[in-house]
Order: sequence, then C-alpha cells, then structure tokens
Amino acid sequence: MSLIDSISLPRRVRLPRADGLVQWIVPLAIIAIWQLACVTGFVPTRVLPAPSDVALAGWKLLLSGELARNIWVSFWRASIGFLIGGSIGFAFGLANGLSQLSAKLTDTTLQMVRNVPHLALIPLVILWFGIDESAKLFLVALGVFFPIYLNTLHGIRTVDPQLIEMGRIYGMSDGELFRRVIFPGALPSIFVGIRFALGIMWLTLIVAETIAASSGLGYMAMQAREFMLIDVVVLSILIYALLGKLADSASRVLERATLSWHPAFQKR
Amino acid sequence: MQTALRTSLPETELASRANFAPHARVVREERAAQTSGLPLSIRGLRKSFGDNEVLRGIDLHIPAGQFVAIVGKSGCGKSTLLRLIAGLDKIDAGTISFGSDVQPEDIRVMFQEPRLLPWAHVLANVEVGLGRDRSSADAHARAEKALTEVGLADKRDQWPSVLSGGQKQRVALGRALVSRPRVLAFDEPLGALDALTRISMQRLLERVWRDQGFTAILVTHDVSEAVALADRVLVIEEGRIAHDVVVNAARPRERGSAELAGLEGSILSHLLSADDRT
Ligand SMILES: Nc1ncnc2c1ncn2[C@@H]1O[C@H](COP(=O)(O)OP(=O)(O)OP(=O)(O)O)[C@@H](O)[C@H]1O
Ligand SMILES: [Mg+2]
Repeated sequence: MSLIDSISLPRRVRLPRADGLVQWIVPLAIIAIWQLACVTGFVPTRVLPAPSDVALAGWKLLLSGELARNIWVSFWRASIGFLIGGSIGFAFGLANGLSQLSAKLTDTTLQMVRNVPHLALIPLVILWFGIDESAKLFLVALGVFFPIYLNTLHGIRTVDPQLIEMGRIYGMSDGELFRRVIFPGALPSIFVGIRFALGIMWLTLIVAETIAASSGLGYMAMQAREFMLIDVVVLSILIYALLGKLADSASRVLERATLSWHPAFQKR
Repeated sequence: MQTALRTSLPETELASRANFAPHARVVREERAAQTSGLPLSIRGLRKSFGDNEVLRGIDLHIPAGQFVAIVGKSGCGKSTLLRLIAGLDKIDAGTISFGSDVQPEDIRVMFQEPRLLPWAHVLANVEVGLGRDRSSADAHARAEKALTEVGLADKRDQWPSVLSGGQKQRVALGRALVSRPRVLAFDEPLGALDALTRISMQRLLERVWRDQGFTAILVTHDVSEAVALADRVLVIEEGRIAHDVVVNAARPRERGSAELAGLEGSILSHLLSADDRT
C-alpha cells in the first residue's frame, strides 16, 4: 500500500496541472498565428479582422454595456430553455423507465417526434409566437428535451438487474430502491444526455437568435453584419465558443463531483 | 495477488492458533447451546420453468445450525432450490418451513457476484444489509462490527471498485452477516476467486458460521470445498436429492486428509456415474 501510494501520489498531483496548461497551447498558438497573418497582410482584414481588433471591438461594446446585456439575454434564454426542456425530458425518462404503462403510452409518440429536426419548426414557431421570447425558449427546450429524455430512459433501463434484485432482497422500499440503486445507476447516462443537450442548446439558440430576435448575441452578430462590422461578428462567434466551453466545463465538474465512485473518474 | 496474500495471512494464523488451543472447542459448544440458527423443512418441493421440470419433489430436513453443502452437475437446479429457500422465486408445489416465524432479515443470500453498490462506500454497502434497521441509530456501529468480522475494517471508506475480487466478496459477506441472519444461503460465493483467496474465504466462512451459529446452505461446484466445510453434503440428480452424505470429520479440518479425500472421491464417483447414465 505505502509503496503504491508513494509512486502514484506525485503523478496524480502533477497530471491535472500539466493538463490544464496543455489544453490551452493550441488555441493560443492559433490566435498568435492569426494575429501574425493579419499584421503582415497575409489575410486581408476585410476577410478576417486581427484578434487585437476583435478584442478592441469587445472592449468598446463592453464599455457601452451592450455586450453585457446581450450576453445576459442569451445566457438567460439558454438556461431557462434548458431547465424547462431538461426537466420535462428527465420526467418523461423517469416515468417511462420506471413504468411499463407510461412507456407504452408515450414512448412511440416521442420517438416519432424525435425524428423531426426541431430547427425545421422555426417557421411554424415564428407564426405561433412571433419573435417573442417564448419562441426561443420553446425551440431550446424542444432541442434539449430529447437527449435528456433518451439518456435518462436508457440509464434507468440498463441499471444492473442483479443490483435491483439485491435491493429487493435486502428489503428496500420502492422509494429507497430508486434513491439508492436506480437513480445512482442511471446517473452516468443522464450526464451523457446533459452534455449532448448543452451542445444542442447553444446551436438552437444561435440559429433562433440569428433568424428571429431583437436582442442577444445572435442578434448582435446579425446587426453587425448589416453594418459590415466584421470584428463584432467574429467577436460574437468567439463568445459563443467560450460560453459553450464554459457550460461543458460546468457539467464536467458536476459529473466529477457526483460520479467520484466511477472508476473512470478516479484516476484522472 | 498482493492483496490476496496479505489478507489471507491473519486467517491462516487464526486457524493454526485454533489447532493449538484445546479450550477453543469448549467455547464453541457453549455458543452452540444458544444457537441462533433456524431449522428448515422442505416437503415435496417442485418447480418447473415451462416444460422444464427442474425440481421434482425435494424432501429435506436441516436441523438448526447445520452446515449443508449442495452439489450436482451444472443445470441440475441448485440455484433454483436456493432461490426458493430464500423466497426469491415462487414455489410450484410443496412447502418450505422454518420452524418459527421468520423475519426477512433472518434469511440472507450471497451470490457468486458480490452485487455491491458501486456508488456507495464499503461501510454504506454493509449497512444495506440491515434491512429495515438501516436508519436506526446504531446502524453505523453494527456495520462497522460486521466489517471487522470479515477483516476489512480499514477499507470502510473505500469505493468497491478499488477492492480485489476476494475483498468485494468479503464485503458482501459482511452485508449478509450484519443483520445476524439465522439462515444463510450461498450460491457459489467463491466460484470466481483464485485458489488461494478461495481457501482463505473458506476459512472465513467456517469461522463466522461457528461464531454465529446460523444454518448454512452452500451451493458449490467444488466437491473438496463441500467436504471441507459442510456437516452434510447433498447430491442433487434429476430434480431430487440422490445422495445425502454425512461428513463426520472433526473441526478444524485438515485439508487434504485421507478421510476427506475418501469422501470427496465417493461423492465425485456418484456425480460421474450419474453423468454416464445420461
Ligand atoms: N428464470 C428461469 N427461467 C427459465 N428457466 C430457468 C430459469 N432459471 C433456471 N432455469 C432453468 O432451470 C434449470 C436449473 O437451473 P439452475 O440455475 O438452478 O442450475 P444450477 O444447478 O444452479 O446450475 P449451475 O451449477 O450451472 O449454476 C436450468 O435448466 C435452467 O435453464
Ligand atoms: Mg447455479
């Protein structure tokens, strides 16, 4: 034991720190090359503004308060839409995973609806809701619903039946069985659903804001396009990338905290 | 391998100490008097799955506190019998009675797979075994005591995934023991372990059985394991108990002694001749 500890401890401490630096090397290098290409005139700034120009545009928008307002609006739409779609998907996943009757009633219908690309509904949604907030929330919620529904359902259905039998043998009530066996067993799969859903959430929001909005990051980018402000367009794209990365990291942190029992999360 | 070696040491020590202590047997007889085991009577037990008649009339009486081993060729219905005794499946015909009112906590089963909850620490896994007493105030203390009994007190805060196969099976044993069961049924609990860990686990099983006096029913493929541990070996053939062999060898038993080897040979020849007939 002591031997194993002394070997693996320093490695365990060093790895994440090195990882943290390594993953930023490539993005930083890309920005450096990009800047170089613009300054030397290799890439005309009409096509792609230099990173320094993008940063400057960001700084100006930040000072005017416009940037913060638009980011906040987009963030708000993303999270509310995610919460609504995610909780409905989770509820259906639970119900259909736990109850045969519920699965028979709704699963086929849901699987059929799933095959309609939700972005194809945009014209219909605009007719229904106009370019109101509810249009964006509806689209995000719809996009987020399916990955969470499918993965919750899958997670619950694939919980080891031997563990469920064990729980019954040891006298667990239905509630206890769910809390101690079924839900923790389904959790890894639920997290897969959440990660998928986060990707779809941003995608849906970008499209919806570009087509039908009067605020938000997508709207900011569209406005900038009309006035030929290419630096603002690039800025919006970069912010989207950053927000996406942030959401993904948040779900990773949550995953690591709740799945610390999982062998896959113990070494790294 | 490393862990198997390490954990098997204290028990080897324990067993050899028992050999040199004549008072050990006296202590055991006192305990046997206040035995907690339940007697078990099975009458005309039948079970089929569709057209497949697995058990065709089992009649069996097991006195309280006896250690019974069940052997038979693969698919003869050993697990089925065990699951019926543990109340996990429905009986087609016949009766199983335990002599008195039984609580669910009185009967426990251990399987070949440890069936630990991977997301619960070792101690919490043992607490699962308390059944309805899980939320009582002394749950922690009782689970810790059971964990000490199986020699894993130092692993209480580990995840099951870091334990070796033998250690996982010990945790499962601790979980089965924590409610002080009066009948303990084992379905090839050591089937997946390496030879060395197996022997150390056999010693552990024998020790807790002697300490706690429950009625033990062990299904095994390994005839030498059966004669080493059991008071009595039952051979199941064609859905019935074909042979009922009493093992009188004094405990602690010496593995590989001529007496046990002879018994093992005769049981094996029963099994093989049945195999030839089919
Ligand atoms: N749930 C079930 N449904 C249908 N058939 C079953 C079921 N459980 C067991 N059987 C059948 O009953 C017979 C006995 O099975 P059982 O598991 O009791 O055998 P076993 O003696 O434990 O064998 P092994 O030594 O290989 O574990 C087998 O033919 C098996 O196919
Ligand atoms: Mg079996």
